[in-house]
Formats: sequence, C-alpha cells, structure tokens
Amino acid sequence: MSTLHTVNKSPFDRPSLQTCLRLAGKDHAVLLFEDGVYGALQGSTVADTVKKALDTVSIYVLGADLKARGLSEDKLIDGIKIVDYKGFVELTVENDKVNAWL
Amino acid sequence: MSDVKKFMYVNRKAPYGTIYAWEALEVVLIGAAFEQDVSLAFVDDGVFQLVKGQDTTELGIKNFSPTYSALGDYDVNKIYVEKESLDARGLTIDDLMPLTYEDEDDDWAEKDSIRVVTAAEMAEILEQQDVVLSF
Repeated sequence: MSTLHTVNKSPFDRPSLQTCLRLAGKDHAVLLFEDGVYGALQGSTVADTVKKALDTVSIYVLGADLKARGLSEDKLIDGIKIVDYKGFVELTVENDKVNAWL
Repeated sequence: MSDVKKFMYVNRKAPYGTIYAWEALEVVLIGAAFEQDVSLAFVDDGVFQLVKGQDTTELGIKNFSPTYSALGDYDVNKIYVEKESLDARGLTIDDLMPLTYEDEDDDWAEKDSIRVVTAAEMAEILEQQDVVLSF
C-alpha cells in the first residue's frame, strides 16, 4: 500500500523525521511541512540521513513553509521536490493512506 | 544604578511552528522599557528565528522577523548566536539578517548587534546573568 508520510516538526527538536525515514516503506512519499521543512536543508547534521532516504522514498517540501522561514530552493538537498498546497492535496489523494509523524 | 540587573532571554525554538519565538520577542520589547541590561541568546532551533528573507504571505500569518531590526532602538544590542547551533543546521552568519545599533558612546557609529559565540563562550555569558528567561 502506498503511503504518504507527513513530518511537521524540526529534526533538530525531536527525532520524528529520523524515525519516519527509518520506518517508511519502499517508494513511499514523505512530505515535510511547517517546522519539518528544516529537514530539507543542505549541510545539516541530518542531511546525510535524508540523502540516503532519497534512494528509496520520494521527499516533498511545502513551498509556503520554506518561504515563511526564509529558506530558498538553492538551500535544499538535491532531489527534494517543492509542492504547493494543491500538490499537498494531490499527494494525499494519490496515496492509500497518510501517516502523520508528530 | 545598582538596581540594574542583567537579563538574558534564551531563544531555542524555530519561528511560526510554535508561538514561543513571537512571545519571547514580545516579552523582550516589554522588558526593554524597564531599562535593564538586556541580552538575547539564540541556541538550537532558535537560530532559525534570525534567518533573513522570511516571507509568510502564503501562510496568512504575521511575519514578525522585521521586529528584530528594531531591537537596536530599544538598546537591545547584545545578540549572541551559538556557533555550534548554526553549524549543525548548515547555516552561517551570512544566512542571518544583519542587525545593527547606533553606539552612543562612539559618535552613534552603526555597529553589528549579532555576535557568533562558541558554546563555551555562551556558557560564560549565561553565568554572568542575574536573570535568565528561556523560551
């Protein structure tokens, strides 16, 4: 079953992203939003974990939350895709279920 | 002026995801009116509060980041950012908004308020405070 995993907490504040990536299945989708978008940053202590996860899952990040936090596209790990709110909705529809990692 | 105390506000949360960052800023501005010796520390995810270029238009909530630029006018000009926290997040001082104040003891010369310090230096600065308020 395809699953959309959502992460809305900073990976530096709690291990929600790390646990999500550890337990997400092959070809699942992961959406980072709210403070979760910090997980998409290049050069951080979690960047290697995120890069490795991109081999097996698709990772998306909500553009509005990036902009609010002053993070531009060139700051992101290569391979992470930016989506808008419409894209967020489409991801929830395309997948059989949503697993929200709080 | 022996009744002037050293107040340190410690910021450890990212902006927007929770209300802590904004609440801390409100308290700092209120506290500034009492003419105490005020410093701010940015540690852990708190360093994200100072990232430049914030634009909350699409979220429909207030972008309070321009308010940090006003701190200098309230004589809040000791803003310490922990280097270890920046490093862990892939950030440098160039990613932060420039914050300045005018030094009345130096012919109102414009000076930087932000000082990037190591954890050891931050520990020493905390040690010197009379009151520490953590957000």
